[in-house]
Amino acid sequence: MLERSKDLAPGAYKREDTRIELVDRDGVVGAAMLAPAVIYVVALVAVPFFLAIALSLSDATVGNPGIHHFVGLANFISVIREAAFMFALRNSLIITAATLVLLTILTILQVELLARNFPGKRIAEILLILPWAMPVALAAVGWLWLLDSEFSPIDWILRAVGLLGPGTVLGPANNLYYLGREWLGIGAVVVIDVWRALPLSTIIVLAGRTAIPNELFEQAELDGAGYFRKLFRITLPALAILLTVAILFTVLIIFGDLTVVALTTRGGPGYTTEILPYWAYLKGIQGGALSQGAAIALFLFPVLLAVSILALRMAYRGEGL
Amino acid sequence: MAVLEVRGLAKHFGDFKALKRIDLTTQDGEFLTIVGPSGCGKTTLMRLIAGLETPTAGDVLIDDKVITPLPPRARNIAMVFQSYALYPHMSVRENIAFPLKARGVDKAERERLIQWSAKVLGIESLLHRRPARLSGGEKQKVALARAIVRKPSLFIFDEPLSSLDAQVRAVARAELRQLHDRTGVTTVYVTHDQVEAVGLGDRVAVMQAGALRQVGSPQNLYYEPANVFVASFIGTPPMNLLPHNGVIVGFRPEHALPRAAAPKLQDVATFQVCVTRTEFLGSEWLAYGTVNGEFNNAKVLCKLQQDAISKVKVGEVQDIVVSRSQIRFFDKDTGLRTEAVPI
Repeated sequence: MLERSKDLAPGAYKREDTRIELVDRDGVVGAAMLAPAVIYVVALVAVPFFLAIALSLSDATVGNPGIHHFVGLANFISVIREAAFMFALRNSLIITAATLVLLTILTILQVELLARNFPGKRIAEILLILPWAMPVALAAVGWLWLLDSEFSPIDWILRAVGLLGPGTVLGPANNLYYLGREWLGIGAVVVIDVWRALPLSTIIVLAGRTAIPNELFEQAELDGAGYFRKLFRITLPALAILLTVAILFTVLIIFGDLTVVALTTRGGPGYTTEILPYWAYLKGIQGGALSQGAAIALFLFPVLLAVSILALRMAYRGEGL
Repeated sequence: MAVLEVRGLAKHFGDFKALKRIDLTTQDGEFLTIVGPSGCGKTTLMRLIAGLETPTAGDVLIDDKVITPLPPRARNIAMVFQSYALYPHMSVRENIAFPLKARGVDKAERERLIQWSAKVLGIESLLHRRPARLSGGEKQKVALARAIVRKPSLFIFDEPLSSLDAQVRAVARAELRQLHDRTGVTTVYVTHDQVEAVGLGDRVAVMQAGALRQVGSPQNLYYEPANVFVASFIGTPPMNLLPHNGVIVGFRPEHALPRAAAPKLQDVATFQVCVTRTEFLGSEWLAYGTVNGEFNNAKVLCKLQQDAISKVKVGEVQDIVVSRSQIRFFDKDTGLRTEAVPI
């Protein structure tokens, strides 16, 4: 190209040099690069979201999914009046809150453990990360067996040590029926949620933990600090932001998740272990009341929005440090 | 005030012997510097004294009490790290308060001690700041305030000046020494910079390859180096070392003079030096050359004043003389000091 331009008249020279290809225009390139993200957000986030709002205000059903006829807040009022609603709302909040508390404690414990060197650390790391890598279906089989009404190995152990069975602390029955009782069912869901979420939050927080210079701990030791002073005054303040972000992201996942309940208690007995997302699914998809399902799901929205905003804020604060 | 003693202290990391049976005793209230090239084991020695590492063999004693099995927090030793290790999420005040809180000092006494230490270091106006908003010199002062606030029996400094830039460093060095003289706390100061070690220390311990090579006053190390290593490590530039008939002849660059500039009546040794190059340092000159004759063209360096350099002719062989009282002899095989031999 340079060769050719030499032979051209001086006037043509300039044109050759200043010609800007389409791909050289910042605006065009920028738009092209952004397009996939914009299309994704519009098609898979914005449209479904507004569709959900429209559905919740209509009388659409699975059999007749067209949004032709708006009924105002009738769907919201009718789902609130149902007995299941209070259970679902309560359980969603309790399960999320309990998961959050347990997860925070266990994340800190795991991170403190993995921040140290000990024989077999590699194996421990793999074991602690394993729940993350396990397919949900496979995990469900394992948990269903553990919590089985008749063949639960937990029950078997409890019976063996004399805590379960006729004339013992845990009652006359030979089994605890984990998934068949209100609070045991909720507890089981919390345990499984924690088990699933722990690897991710551990990895996130561990990254922050290993970034704390060892000299700080040595300095604290020389300054007379014991284990707990080091934990609460050095480690946790340094991890605060990452820990909050990890936990908030987990809350987002847990609060909107229905798989664990769907695979274990299925909301029963009655509606006692029902949660909002699973109930929305049951009602909207399985029950065919699309508009009511949308209304239930929208009750999740304020909480998810608040947590998302908080998580993003914390993430940006973390960046600024 | 305390006396630190180290008895047969050794530390092995696997096959690597980081420290080989060190014996060292400080005097009460002494400022002892430990100097050596990187990897000589000086930091390991510090960490063993502080209790951050467990020795393979030997003991650490303070005032004749064995403290080897005690954890760091029970030793009452204050250490200032190279990075200063300030707690990043605490204000300067909280940083200084930390060792007091950890020891359960009550609030009124704590406040009094914080004010006292801040005043000693002149950082009263920084108390509310976060470490991230301090300059290097200020950080050092905060680290020092945190170290003195609990009245330790021993100070350990691990290269505290090396992260400061050159101008701040000279001031910080003076302040460190001043702080020591004011508090009178026995201080062990580790550095790889021999200028710093010689300038700061009441005594200097020179380490190499996990062993102590010489312990003595700065003058002692400068004038009477015990071996070739100390001779080649102390001094700017270090001693000229010339192999000669089974011994090594050593003299300091600043003790060499061209014959024309030397006082007449001195008992001197003469070296035939071919000066290849000179270098202007401001207050003096450096003359690079090689020694002819029996010295096999060994490289030699002379530090000359303005009036002496005018007598030096670059590119020519000339007589450089050194007073015999300034020449040191070392055994060629062991590297240790030996008796004078005629040259």
